Amino acid sequence: MRKLTVLAGACAMGILVAACGTTDDGGGGGGATPTSGAQFTPPDLPMQKSLGKGEGQVNILAWPGYAEDGSTDPKVDWVTPFEKETGCQAKVKYFGTSDEAVTLMKTGDYDVVSASGDASLRMIAAGDVAPVNTDLVPNYKDIQPWLKDRAWNSVDGQMYGVPHGWGANLLMWRTDKVDPAPTSWGAVFEKDPSYAGAVTAYDSPIYIADAALYLMKTKPDLGIENPYALDDKQLQASIDLLKTQRSNVSEYWSDYLKEVQAFKTGNSVIGTTWQVIANLAESEKVPVKAILPDEGATGWSDTWMAGADATHPNCAYEWMDWIASPKVQAQVAEYFGEAPANPKACDYTADKGFCTTYHADDKAYADKIWYWTTPIEQCLDGRTDVQCTDYGRWTQAWTEVKG
Amino acid sequence: MLWLGVAYLGALAALFITSLWGQNSFTGEIERTWTLDNFRTLFTLDVYRTITLRTIGIAALVTVIDAVLAFPIAFYMAKVASVRAQQALVIAVLMPLWASYLVKAYAWRGMLSDGGLIDWLGAPFGLHSPGYGLTATILTLAYLWLPYMILPVFAGLERLPRSLLEASADLGAPAGQTFRRVVLPLAFPALVAGSIFTFSLSLGDYIAVKIVGGANQFLGNVVYDNVGAANNLPFAAAVATIPVVVMLVYLAAVRRTGALENL
Repeated sequence: MRKLTVLAGACAMGILVAACGTTDDGGGGGGATPTSGAQFTPPDLPMQKSLGKGEGQVNILAWPGYAEDGSTDPKVDWVTPFEKETGCQAKVKYFGTSDEAVTLMKTGDYDVVSASGDASLRMIAAGDVAPVNTDLVPNYKDIQPWLKDRAWNSVDGQMYGVPHGWGANLLMWRTDKVDPAPTSWGAVFEKDPSYAGAVTAYDSPIYIADAALYLMKTKPDLGIENPYALDDKQLQASIDLLKTQRSNVSEYWSDYLKEVQAFKTGNSVIGTTWQVIANLAESEKVPVKAILPDEGATGWSDTWMAGADATHPNCAYEWMDWIASPKVQAQVAEYFGEAPANPKACDYTADKGFCTTYHADDKAYADKIWYWTTPIEQCLDGRTDVQCTDYGRWTQAWTEVKG
Repeated sequence: MLWLGVAYLGALAALFITSLWGQNSFTGEIERTWTLDNFRTLFTLDVYRTITLRTIGIAALVTVIDAVLAFPIAFYMAKVASVRAQQALVIAVLMPLWASYLVKAYAWRGMLSDGGLIDWLGAPFGLHSPGYGLTATILTLAYLWLPYMILPVFAGLERLPRSLLEASADLGAPAGQTFRRVVLPLAFPALVAGSIFTFSLSLGDYIAVKIVGGANQFLGNVVYDNVGAANNLPFAAAVATIPVVVMLVYLAAVRRTGALENL
């Protein structure tokens, strides 16, 4: 009887294999077939024409700290006033990496998402987000002009969202355990026995760009022009650097609370971080400091995008307008530690020097940060004589680095 | 039987089929074209072999540790303890299963941290916490799955007639010989049953590794990263077939020993 069942199962498998899908006669194909990222045509999705009454609910997919309702800190709350004003009950889900956001958006359960540059184009190309009618977002007109119509938030002049804010990935360390204070990413990349086993790094393939950026400054003969445009040789050099770093790493983080805890106990003493994590750690009396190292840094420029299958599209627009309003922008930016996209926010920050510290009005400074971008086969730095490595290759490389 | 066929084999078939599809690396959309690329990647890249061997090795080690720990406990419960003590012990063994897996894993994370409980206990003897890594993972997994080993071994030993032990002693066999020639052969099927639990549970684990494993990754993590992060379902499916194959081989080997028939 048992043999029979196994046999039946094997048959079922065989039949299904024969019946499902099509055979690829293009020879080879499949695997990680890259779409031309630069010249892709986004699916033709309708844009909202007018704003109706709120649906009473909105499902928000956000980076940690972008939609605070007072549960982390009673003083940090811009979701409750939104609910009161618009009648849209906000359901917030936080994600830890851009990849997670892309995956979650595919479920179609979310009305609005805060997407970084390494997620936005992928969502647009996959048809998971719809074009945004900026006329329906009154606060859009106040957004920094140099954040509008950029490669990571628009296609052919059509905006796919409302810019939120931008910032850099920082280097954080325990001031009582790391001496002297580091000024360079070298502190986490070069072999340094004093911090061996206590280095931490961001657990995502996009972190390869951090290594590439360091190599760009320290090994000019590799010819890296853009940390998101790496040919095979340059990617290999970055992987080698990360493998050296691997032996010093205590753990990789993608859960921001886990990083706070690791710094608290001292299992991690130095590594890459976000300003909001440094703030959280400081609020828990952990002696840490976070800086923008000499080499510059990778960073993010985030955009609120509307889900293509949104069940609450009106509330989604209400939210996009709310989060772009000066007062809320000031709250988010100060809490998260980033530059607000709306310069009017600078009038409302608790710390009057905040916008100066974060260079909110400084386009030249903003241009120096290497914003997260999805690497594709067409080199983003304009080289046409070589093929660059795409994100699929980076994902594989990241598994290799972790070993 | 029908249910087993549809729900279980059907899911396995779906898994296998998915592993033969491709993926668009930019949009993450699945492309339904037949390809063996996923398996080619799996077999040609060293890193996946390393991860597979590491996962199997640790699952085996956890199983051995659990067997060694569980046997005396189960033996005491089945043959030495009074009825009342036996009941209390069974409840004590089952008790940890009432607590959430995550709570227990995070408890180990706390205990293993720098300056945590293990550091504090070991300090007088000059010992340190192993920190997060493979040792921590083995400790945590061995702790988590111990009840799954104790219970079948206990059940097996309980069925072992006490008269056999007495007969062995009467015939002049010392305790060690009785254990080797009488207890162990009769309890072997129970040990095997327990090992199927601990081995398969360890083989598929990824949460404990994420919490206490430091920078290490298991097969489960590769699957998780490919589903959750890279959104590469076909490749995740290809990786997921490895533990399935390993378990099939293991079960076939177990079957050859005849242990399954004696359960």
